[in-house]
Amino acid sequence: MQLTSLKLYMKQFLHDLRAQKLRTFLTLVGLSWGTVTVICLLAFGYGLQNNQQEQMKGLGDNIVIMWASNTSKPYAGYPKGRWFGFVPDDIKMMRQNIPDLEAVSGEFQRGNITIRNGRKSKLIQISGVDPEFAPMRTIVPEDGGRFLNDIDVNDKRRVIFLGNDLRDEIFGEGIDPVGKAVLIDNVPYTVVGVMVKKKQDSSYSGRDKDKGFVPATTFQSTYGDRYLDNIVFRAKTLEIHKQAVDRTYETFAKRYKFDPTDREALSMWDTVEDNGFMVFFVAMRLFVGFVGFMTLMVGGIGLANIMYVVVEERTKEIGIKMALGAKKGFVLFGFIFETLILTTIGGGIGYGIAQLIISLAPMMNIKDYVGTPTLSLQDKLAVVAILGFIGFMASFFPARRAANMNPVQALKL
Amino acid sequence: MIKMNGIRKLYATGKVAVEALKGLDLELKGGEFVSIVGPSGSGKSTLMNIVGCLDTPSEGEFFLDGERVDQFNGNQLAEVRNKKIGFVFQNFNLLPYATAYENVELPMIFAGAPQKERKETVTRLLTRVGLGDRMDHKPTELSGGEMQRVAIARALANSPKLILADEPTGNLDSHSGAEIMGIFEELWKSGTTILMITHDPNIAKRTKRTIMIKDGVIVTSLNGNGNGSSSHE
Repeated sequence: MQLTSLKLYMKQFLHDLRAQKLRTFLTLVGLSWGTVTVICLLAFGYGLQNNQQEQMKGLGDNIVIMWASNTSKPYAGYPKGRWFGFVPDDIKMMRQNIPDLEAVSGEFQRGNITIRNGRKSKLIQISGVDPEFAPMRTIVPEDGGRFLNDIDVNDKRRVIFLGNDLRDEIFGEGIDPVGKAVLIDNVPYTVVGVMVKKKQDSSYSGRDKDKGFVPATTFQSTYGDRYLDNIVFRAKTLEIHKQAVDRTYETFAKRYKFDPTDREALSMWDTVEDNGFMVFFVAMRLFVGFVGFMTLMVGGIGLANIMYVVVEERTKEIGIKMALGAKKGFVLFGFIFETLILTTIGGGIGYGIAQLIISLAPMMNIKDYVGTPTLSLQDKLAVVAILGFIGFMASFFPARRAANMNPVQALKL
Repeated sequence: MIKMNGIRKLYATGKVAVEALKGLDLELKGGEFVSIVGPSGSGKSTLMNIVGCLDTPSEGEFFLDGERVDQFNGNQLAEVRNKKIGFVFQNFNLLPYATAYENVELPMIFAGAPQKERKETVTRLLTRVGLGDRMDHKPTELSGGEMQRVAIARALANSPKLILADEPTGNLDSHSGAEIMGIFEELWKSGTTILMITHDPNIAKRTKRTIMIKDGVIVTSLNGNGNGSSSHE
């Protein structure tokens, strides 16, 4: 029975399709257009968000960059405006006293340093860091190389890790410099690794791709800096991130004798707080999805109008079927079935076109600005749900009108 | 088969209510072959609609095959139409995109008959009305007489107790009309109850009882060849 009814519905649908080619075509255009719009909006929005997330990871993945500053409150007999600086011992102190931390590294910095390889030389910025610096900053060594390690630090070895652009300039693009020597201010250093190219849209002292990284201990003994420029740290989990930040304040307040509530004494760049930016992205995607929904709705309204016309046209047929014993449900479901088929076809065509656009988008060289448009599973389900909803709404009211017809009036007896 | 007591039907047209049937009583026994005649606006179409369960009376009792149907809802009426009544219309009312076979099959699909039974019945009925070789033709490929024969086969699909024919020969030439009447007579002889609306006194003469309706009530009901009804025309 069910299958036979479906065959009957299908036959009627195909008959209408043949009889009303242009009308069906225009209806499908409306639905496809809406579907393409929704999918493209969602996919490009998602790509943009992913791109932004990746860019932010380039600076660091949920890290805090901390600088010593001047106190802003008098405390324990000291006046306000007192300066203090971080020393390498502070790193050890943090590791011991703040169990919430997963990684912490000091960072010495110095600019205008000459790097030389043969006849090629360049003025660069050097950072003296600990091995833990690399994972925090999403620094990954290219194959065949490595980042700085504990032995480098403990032995104050003269080794250097190069940013990828720096390598390109000093050694040439694609050349593996691992094991080769460079002169840093005329002191020979061995190259241990080169950074894999990464996205980074923000920094506080130049991009990592242009820098050289040496062990903090080597740096200190070479240049004699007493104070670290900054400290970089990351909490074990995002849940205890805030707690780790508070513990850091407390620990440093105790050590340098400033008021623990004096938030200006330590100046922090908290990239986790930057994640609030992601809320903006979620809101943007919801908005964009809503705009797409409205566009598709226009197609749906067109579809509903067409279905009302179809009901009008089929009045007599509906009357015949009712006279022969068709129940309301049969008539109702017939129209819903046809509308859903139209929606499926229109949505399918729209999906195909949208996929084509999405797959062609990377060829337009816009990846650095808008990322790679991606249709997530979540978005796919959302599109199917929206289409289903619109198809059902567009069919239900015309179908109900058909089902509630009086057979006498429908047959014009 | 049919028993109607005090059937009234009111139509609200604007502010004025029109009374199409004014307390009509009718009784039809199983196996009768009856025609209903009457001038335009006499209420015979309204009566047919109510008998055919396409419409319900405003007042009165209506028993069909022992079942009181005047209070039935839409789906119950659909069930009665499907199982107990076969319709033959003046303008055939076939589905234009379906073949003769599919048109006859339709009421059986609504009744939920299995495929095998449908095939058997449809083939038998179309052969019986002389269209065994035209089952795959669409209505546009058939003549008026052939279309009406498809409609009769369709009316018989669920073996109904009652055949309702509304001017079945009205759109046919006299030769085809006579053929169709021949089929009805054959059906009657095999035990089917037939109720037919007609304008044509010659058609009415061929039925076994003629009911004359005027201004919403039955004025005469004649047995035999119904000479009285033709004189009223």
